[in-house]
Formats: sequence, structure tokens, C-alpha cells
Amino acid sequence: MEPVDGSVRGQLRQWVRPGAITVAQGLLIALLSLTTHVALFVLSVASLVLIPLLGVGFALFPLATALVRVAAGLHRRLAGWAGVELPSPYRPAPAGAGFGTWRRFRWVVADPATWRDLAWLLPGAVTGGVCLAAFALPLYGLEGVLGLPMVLHAFDVWYGYGPFWPVDNLIQAWLCFPLGALILAGGLAAGRWLVWLHVAFAGFFLPPTRAAELALRVRQLTVTRAETVDAQAAELRRIERDLHDGAQARLVALSMSIGLAEQLVQRDPETVRRLLAEARETSGQALAELRGLVRGIHPPVLAERGLDGAVRALALAVPLPVEVTVDLPGRPLAPVESAAYFAVAEGLANVTKHSGATRAWIRLRHADGRLTMEVGDDGRGGADPAAGTGLAGVGRRLAAFDGTMVVSSPPGGPTVISMELPCELSSPRISPSSGTG
Amino acid sequence: MRVVIAEDLALLRDGLIRILEAFGFEVVAAVDNGPSVLPALTAHRPDVAVVDVRLPPTFTDEGLQAAIRARTELPGLPVLVLSQHVEQLYARELLSDRLGGVGYLLKDRVSHVDQFVDAVRRVAAGGTVMDPEVVAQLLASRGAADPLGELTAREREVLGLMAEGRSNAAIAGRLFVTEKAVSKHINNIFSKLQLPPSTDDNRRVLAVLAYLDGDDTRRARA
Repeated sequence: MEPVDGSVRGQLRQWVRPGAITVAQGLLIALLSLTTHVALFVLSVASLVLIPLLGVGFALFPLATALVRVAAGLHRRLAGWAGVELPSPYRPAPAGAGFGTWRRFRWVVADPATWRDLAWLLPGAVTGGVCLAAFALPLYGLEGVLGLPMVLHAFDVWYGYGPFWPVDNLIQAWLCFPLGALILAGGLAAGRWLVWLHVAFAGFFLPPTRAAELALRVRQLTVTRAETVDAQAAELRRIERDLHDGAQARLVALSMSIGLAEQLVQRDPETVRRLLAEARETSGQALAELRGLVRGIHPPVLAERGLDGAVRALALAVPLPVEVTVDLPGRPLAPVESAAYFAVAEGLANVTKHSGATRAWIRLRHADGRLTMEVGDDGRGGADPAAGTGLAGVGRRLAAFDGTMVVSSPPGGPTVISMELPCELSSPRISPSSGTG
Repeated sequence: MRVVIAEDLALLRDGLIRILEAFGFEVVAAVDNGPSVLPALTAHRPDVAVVDVRLPPTFTDEGLQAAIRARTELPGLPVLVLSQHVEQLYARELLSDRLGGVGYLLKDRVSHVDQFVDAVRRVAAGGTVMDPEVVAQLLASRGAADPLGELTAREREVLGLMAEGRSNAAIAGRLFVTEKAVSKHINNIFSKLQLPPSTDDNRRVLAVLAYLDGDDTRRARA
């Protein structure tokens, strides 16, 4: 919501901007519909007809469909601008489906969205063409408001406006002002309605059907599941390797030292003392490695204190002041909690490594079935999740839970990483948490 | 010296009892779960308690919570908290009453038996003992624009040992220098960090830990 602005300029902006937007939308929709739809429809139908006749249609129809999809895509964007989201319904192209291939043709023909687009082209041209009024009417009204009939009348030019053909006396010329205002206001109101009508009508054809939506969802889940399984397998492999090369090897060395000490205990007490000291040293190293490993798998502080305490502990370990705000009335399920923790940890690591910030903040909140997390800093910005593996990994990790991550990091900062995870919270926490941060 | 032990793993509990008894401590009670810690401490009023952070039934930080609660009921009750991992956050909570008689160590440290027993004795005597890893975490979480940057390498070393709760004599022994040299370093540290000089060992440790925890600077900058 924009705040109400009482000034003249504010009033103007409040009326002029949406008006101008409606006019522009009407013009663009009308242009697009009137210029392309009929031609595209004819091209599509012609190519379909040419399939049995000459066989050219096999190559031509996918081409025509590609053009239709461009036009429909533009309409979807315009609809988005007018406040109605029309998601894209197309199935992703299979591999090796270049233009002119049989596979391409099959893909295009098998997608119901192709036929829905086609069915929409002509009625869409009508609803879109009518949107020309959304452009023309306000402009005609504006002509009167700005006094063009008056001026032309003054110069004795033959000119008609509204019901006056021609404008032949001064009263009629004067009347063009209120008349223009009326047409302008009416045109804007009608224009907005026409644009809405076009977009709502397109809403019957252009977005995916329920079945297609579910198919899209299945596909998305398949992708994220594959990524999750991959990531988990890689993680297990890493843990196995770390254990094998680290703690396990050290325990072997440890038992060797102790075994040797056992043999030498009578003959060479001095060497035994050295061996035992070595054994203790090795056990210390093994413990330190296991500790690091455990921290990477599931940080103990997360198990002990939940997300709240664990994030505070993270913030303490960072060499800059971090303001932590947590508003969680309970605890999410363990896997979600863990994903959230590692996401915040990665965000914070990003702050300390790259940002050059002097302060940072973390905000955790749960509302409307969503856990929202924000990690921000006042550093130099320019963080790009596509460039580094860290943030991209966070995105993948969150995607496994239908979570999302948005990074806003303009050059010069500030950087804000916003993450969301849909989740429910369990019963209120049992352990008290400290208020320090 | 009378000790109460709270540790749920039988192997470690027996190990602790064996070590402490070998060094002349009397283990008056050894409990294995969170809810029994507080009654045991109030019933026996030991000279020192050795408590594991994570205890049943919830396997969260019950031991730590029990230790903190025990110290509000019996202010200054010496408690040495042991854990498989150390957290700055927990150290801060343990130290917050500023009474001393607090220790916080990794379980690994028990293997240096003489040092561990020494730590138990220092805590029992009202001293403060911090695990080197906590001190390292505290030092690591200081920013680049920090007055700590003005300290020489040797002074940082002394500061770290001081934060662990070691006496001048122990620091001198550890660094192979004289006690006089150590106290000179300490004077330098206190003046560079603008801390009020203190001759009392325990108050000195608390001042250093509070400084490292950023009680003054971190809040002011935040």
C-alpha cells in the first residue's frame, strides 16, 4: 500500500500513474493482439493442413507454435503487470529436439498447452483488440481537456469533437472541456475494466490446467528429490572419508601405541611413558576431529538449544557485532531446523568472508506456516549465489523442503539474504533462552 | 574434598570417580540424570560439583541448566561443567553471576589427569577455569579494529592463558619465563586494554573474560 499523500503532486501521482499504466497496457495488448493473433492462427492452421498434404507441416507447425508461445508469453507478462499471475504451462523440451525433428513435433503436439494457446488466439484477438478503447478513449478525453477543439475553433479550422460536428460556436468549444474530462474519466474506468476482462479471459486458456500444474509439481519434486538424494549421498561419502582418514586412522595408531607400550612395560619404562603421551596426543586429535565432524552433521548446540540458541551461538562466533532477533513460538521438525540452521550459518559465513561489513543482523520469524530467515550486512554487496558454491548449496538444501532463497546484493551493499521454509512448529520450547545477542 | 558427579555414561562416570578418588577426593554422590542433579547438590553441598552438560531424559543441556539453577540456590557453589563440545554461549551463561568457582572444560581434558585434577581444585577454591577452546573462540570472534591487535604475540599468549584461569606461576611455567616477566606482560595487557588492574586472581580472570566476551565494546558498537 502506498501511503496517502495530501499534496497536489501526491494527488496527481496517485491519479496519473495508474491512469497512464492502464493506457499503456491497453495499447500494448491491443497492438499485440491485433497484429499477431490472426496471422499466427492462420500460420498454425495452414501448417497443420500441410502435414498430410506435403509433409512440410511437420517442420512448420513447431515453428508456428514457437511464435505463438512468444506471443502468449508476452500476454502472460502483460497480465502479470496488470496484477494477474499466469504461470507458463509448457512442458520442458526433451533433449535433442531441434527444429525439424520428429521428436520436436511430438513434443509440441503432445502438450495440451499448444492447443489451448491455439484455441485462445482468435477470441484473445477480440478481447485484446477491444483493449484499444482503453488507450483511445482516455486519449480522446485528454484532447478535450487540453483544449485542442478550442484552439482549432479559434483558428477557424473545421473540427468535430464529441457530439459537435463541427464545433461551430464558442459555447460548444467551451463545452469540450467538461466533455473531455468526462470521456477521460469514463475511458480510464472502462479501460481498466477492459484490460481486466482480457486478462481474466486469457486466464481460462494461458495458465496450466490443474493436471498440468500437478505434472509440473511432480517434475519439480523429482528434480529436488534427485538433488537431495545426491547431496545426501555426497555428504555420507564425505563423512565416511573423514572418519576413515581421520578418527579411525588415529584410533588404529592409538591402539598400536598402547599395544607396544604393553609389550615394553617391563623392559623400557621410559619409552612406555613416551608412547603413552603419544597415545594421549593422538586420542586428543581424534576427539577434535570427531567434534568437528559432529558439528558439521548436527551441531550439538542445535540439539540442545534449538534454532534460537544455535543461531545466537553462531552470531557470537563472528568477529563483528550481529544483532539477532528471533520470534519462534516453538521448534520446527528436526530436518527443517537443521536446514534452517545451516542456511543461516552459510549466510553468516558469507558475511564474514566476503562482505567487509561492520555489522550484521539475523532475523528469524514464523508466521502463516512459514519460517522466514534474513541474514543482512552493511558490507560492499555484490554477493552472487550463482558464482559461489556456498549460497547455491543453501538454495538446493532449502528447495528440498520447498523453501526458497532470494539474495539482494547490489554493488555497494547492503546484502540481504532472505530465506523461507514452509513448516509447522511443535509445542513451545521447554528450555529458557538467554536474552543476550 | 567432597565431590558430586553428574554424568550419564557409566564408562565416563566410573572413570571420573576413579581419577578423583585416586587424587584424594571423596565422591559423595554420582548421579546419571538431569532431575537428580539439583537434589544431590542441595543435599550434599559438596566442595565442588562435576557436571556433564547433556543428560537424560531430554539429552539437551539439562546438566548446564541444573548447574546454573544450583548456583542461584547456593550462590558460589563451585561447579565444573564438562562437555563433548564447548560453546561461547554456555560459557557466558555460566560466568554471568560473576561469582567465580566456575569451570567449563572439554571432556578431552580429563585425559591430562594432573591438569584436570588441578582444575577441579582451582574451581573448588573459587577460581575460574575456561577451556582453551572457549578462549580461542573468544579471541577469534574479535574484529580487526580491536584493541587486541595492539598486543604483542607474547602478550596474546599470556592473555589466553590468563583467560583459561591460570595463575602467574602456572603461566610462567608454561611459557618458560620468570613470574616477574609474566606480571610485566599482564600489566602491559591491562593498560593496553584499559582494564582496571587487579591483584586478585579470580577477579582478574573474570575481567579478562568479560572483556573478551565483549561486554563493553560489543554492545557499544552494536
